Amino acid sequence: MADQQPMEGYRGRAAEKLGEWRVRTWSEVCVVNDAGSEFIGVILPRSETFDDLHIVLKQKTGYNVGIHVDRVREIKELGYKKAEYKIPEKEFPRNPGLPAVTLLGTGGTIASRLDYRTGAVIPAFTPGELYGAVPELADICNLTTKKIFGVFSENMGWPEYCQLAQAIGDEINAGADGIVIGHGTDTMGHTAAVLSFMVQNLPVPVVIVGSQRSSDRPSSDAALNLTHAVNAAANGDIAEIQVCMFGPTSDSYGLLHRGTRVRKMHSSYRSTFRTLSDIPLAIIDRDNQTILHPDYRRRDPSRQVKIDAVYDDRVSVLYYYPGMKPDLVEALVEKGYRGIVIAGTGLGHVNKPLYPALKAAIAQGVHVVMCVQTLWGFAQMYVYDTGRDLLDIGVVPLDNMLPETALMKLGWVLGHTDDHGEVLKMMRAPVSHEITGREPHNGYIVLQGGLPEVQEYIAGHWK
Amino acid sequence: MKLIHSAPLDYEKIGLVVGLEVHQQLLTDHKMFCKCPAGLYTNEHDGTVLRHMRPTLSELGEYDGTALMEFKTRKNIIYLLHHSNTCTYEMDDTPPFLVNQQALDVAIEQCLMLGCDIIDEVHIARKQYLDGSIPTGFQRTAIVGVNGKLPFRGRELSVTQVSVEEDSCREVSDQAHLIVWRTDRLGMPLIETVTGPDLRTPEEVEEAILLIGRVCRSTRHVRTGPGASRQDVNVSVAGGRRVEIKGVPYAWLAPALVHSEAWRQVNLLRLRDELHQRGFTKPEDIVVEHADVTELCAESNLKVLREEIWQKHIEHHDWRPGFELGKGRFCVRAVKLPGLNGTLNWPTQPDLIFADELRGRLRVIAGLSQQPILVQSEKWPVYKDSRQEMRQLLKRMRCGADDSLVVIWGPEQDTLTAVEEIRLRYVDALDGVPHETRQPLPDGTTDFERILPGPDRMYPDTDSPPTMITRERVEGLQADLPSPPWERYERYRRAGLPDNTIFYLIRRNGADLVDEIVAKTGADLRRVGFFFGEELKGLARAGVNVEAIGSERWLEFFSQAQARPLIWEDRRQVLRTLAAEPEADFEDLLDDLETGAPRDWQRRLDDVLATEYIKHGAAEPEKRQRYYLGVAMNELRGMVLVADVAQALKERFNG
Repeated sequence: MADQQPMEGYRGRAAEKLGEWRVRTWSEVCVVNDAGSEFIGVILPRSETFDDLHIVLKQKTGYNVGIHVDRVREIKELGYKKAEYKIPEKEFPRNPGLPAVTLLGTGGTIASRLDYRTGAVIPAFTPGELYGAVPELADICNLTTKKIFGVFSENMGWPEYCQLAQAIGDEINAGADGIVIGHGTDTMGHTAAVLSFMVQNLPVPVVIVGSQRSSDRPSSDAALNLTHAVNAAANGDIAEIQVCMFGPTSDSYGLLHRGTRVRKMHSSYRSTFRTLSDIPLAIIDRDNQTILHPDYRRRDPSRQVKIDAVYDDRVSVLYYYPGMKPDLVEALVEKGYRGIVIAGTGLGHVNKPLYPALKAAIAQGVHVVMCVQTLWGFAQMYVYDTGRDLLDIGVVPLDNMLPETALMKLGWVLGHTDDHGEVLKMMRAPVSHEITGREPHNGYIVLQGGLPEVQEYIAGHWK
Repeated sequence: MKLIHSAPLDYEKIGLVVGLEVHQQLLTDHKMFCKCPAGLYTNEHDGTVLRHMRPTLSELGEYDGTALMEFKTRKNIIYLLHHSNTCTYEMDDTPPFLVNQQALDVAIEQCLMLGCDIIDEVHIARKQYLDGSIPTGFQRTAIVGVNGKLPFRGRELSVTQVSVEEDSCREVSDQAHLIVWRTDRLGMPLIETVTGPDLRTPEEVEEAILLIGRVCRSTRHVRTGPGASRQDVNVSVAGGRRVEIKGVPYAWLAPALVHSEAWRQVNLLRLRDELHQRGFTKPEDIVVEHADVTELCAESNLKVLREEIWQKHIEHHDWRPGFELGKGRFCVRAVKLPGLNGTLNWPTQPDLIFADELRGRLRVIAGLSQQPILVQSEKWPVYKDSRQEMRQLLKRMRCGADDSLVVIWGPEQDTLTAVEEIRLRYVDALDGVPHETRQPLPDGTTDFERILPGPDRMYPDTDSPPTMITRERVEGLQADLPSPPWERYERYRRAGLPDNTIFYLIRRNGADLVDEIVAKTGADLRRVGFFFGEELKGLARAGVNVEAIGSERWLEFFSQAQARPLIWEDRRQVLRTLAAEPEADFEDLLDDLETGAPRDWQRRLDDVLATEYIKHGAAEPEKRQRYYLGVAMNELRGMVLVADVAQALKERFNG
């Protein structure tokens, strides 16, 4: 890249200054400023979002400094060495006695190495690269890796979901004993939900994994999460779409969450993924797994996987708030949206001014379903007048389906049919526990810090 | 401080070179990358996190030296959290917030004081530490200034760079495979001042540490008290390597440490030559043989080699598998060192030998914990049948006259790590002095802490944007900068103040008040300096609450004393009153004190003389005169000037 763009990230006055002294990014230089200070190091690329007044140098000491162009008196080129973004591969050892696991890449960085000269983080992905970074994997399985695409988690969308579902089917049909999917954590829950509908009748585990601290950090959760996930895929008994992430924030154990019931609950904690309104499927560590949930689909290699990768992306979520105006609903209908998930208050409510708009939408064949923005608990619209009014209008409650799961399911269902009755029937018929008849009393636990008994619990356990 | 070790060394001849890294906490309200309060320490906790550090791959696709070492130790790391001083940032569960601008300002001030060139755009970097002292595995740090200079012994001490960084955790305990850290100090802003390798004798090192300390304190914006400033001392001799003595707690300890380290390097270079002479030149020349001798030692009279004693050791310390305890059953392992006889007793630091170098590494890297960590054939401990037991082991390992033997014990996995570490330490010895971080001990020697990490452990902090330091900001800070300590020192010395008093004033931030009083009241610098540097301590000892007197009050006091010498003469009484009533009006207080000469003072003087004469009779006239002056002043201090009373007395005696 440096050859075509020797000024990576530099523009305006900084680029001019570099040109003036005939140097470029990756040049090893000595810069002298107006105070006579000498800075020796490599000119690094500069983020395009930064100003055009500074040249960034990585000094021999390892520290980076930015030097203002007005203070530059001289730049001498001492050499030129472009960064090489490559990880030396080591062959991943094959052991005929171990299960075959395929790792599908979607763009998140599972493992990486640092280029200390530049500070760049280089992803490791091939089995050989991963073996170099997380050698423990070779004790668990024979690993194959496939990069499906490279997008950030927030850029995942319906075409990617379909592609991923197909890839899972292909790998299982090719004999994989388990699948691991590397994924960014932001929308991991959405992907887990939609795959739960698109990939059915699984014979083997499919485990989605990521990290909350990037793998270039010594404290990263990536290697441990990956090890847990590979163990779950290779040796686990749960043939479902699962998310595998840290249980506590400590380096202790991971949890396997069911794809339709899992949600990211904190922007940055390691232990951000939680199962809502139910308990997780299992506890997992490097060597063991302990099943927590008695009701799951067991591994059975003879089962034939069913890939049903269809969608209609004309679906949206309305997160209801007091004072919401009906024009939002009208706008969605006008723009051609076919399905609306409402995240309502309480047991599934919205205000009265919305009624006519919702009525009109349903009359035009738009499918309107109700979830609760409390996340835990059921949409029970028969309890209050408001709920009963909405039922009369034709808004359909989805019980304890999570709003994100409902959105994913609605898009998937609309890929099959636009028939109102059929859509609603499919929405209410659980495919993979997205609606559960019962909520166990330990399915909702958000401990309240500060309470003496909770403090006592926290003091006695790893956070 | 006298050097503990008497063996002299010609420092110039051995080419001693020393540089400093002085760490100084900054006085800010909050920590550097979060909103937690800075400087609030706790000794209890209400939460714990368990973590491990995993080395990241370096450029060659291999783990780098330090990283590899730390990973080998497989430390379980526990962080103790208290909600009052720790948030989710310290736990590494929240990305950093934007850098504390107050800390950056103080850092810039420090740089200006050190004569540095300020960096135009400050970039936060991550410096890896895998010992667990920082939960992220790296310290966030940034260079703020470069190229400073300090006047030092008629020459210049160069300041290579000054960086601002977050402080690390406090170590609570480190036992075998478990290290426990407290997070209260973590994230507090500090600056690291790196000097050039300009120091040439142990005494210079102490002096330079004190000098930098005075510079830092001159800004008034640094923390004081235990742990607020710590220094790393980098030592090398010609042919040796830079060794970092980390966290030297007191400047006075530095000379002994530097002296010991200089000896160590000289001795290690001699050992290198000896090894070369014996034909050990390449790493593959060092071969160690080892064997499990647990059964052979089962009945040993050296108790630490017996399993039941090991079990007691574990029980005594309450060690748990998976935490403190290493993997595998109890194992005694004999390690034969072919052709290396004589090297284990090779002297290193004063009173220490090469076997102690091995001990340090085995303790830190292999997690061997039970003293004395190892026993060895060149200095076998003396106990019942000890010779016989040693001969048995030598025979079992087929050791000849040229060979040495080391015996280690502990969990099997740890003893295997230890064997490899013994080999690696000898490989390092072929090269002379290994790059190491060493911890200072109170007796002036050092022990192994870890392999010294190179610059290869730095990379940019992608979580933090760079900060542009405008010229306006620098100039603003420059304008408010107090005078540097060497400038002050010269001024005070010329005024006739002794060195100790000057340094005391500068260290305690007292010099600013002295300068202000002198500038505003016209008081004599020597008088004010001596008062704050010496006299005030006496007043405080006498129970006067001098802390209650604010700087405005001091100004008032000195300007009154300037106008009315009587106040100065009676200052102990005046200040006692001022301290007791810090809110009262100054003039009122003075009115309450009898500050004018009473009309009848001459008569009162006569009364005193009459009484005292009866008590003491006649003595030598001069002595008597001095004595009467003292007694009379007890009555008249604050009312009449000493000079006037003395004159009146003189007239009476001579008249």
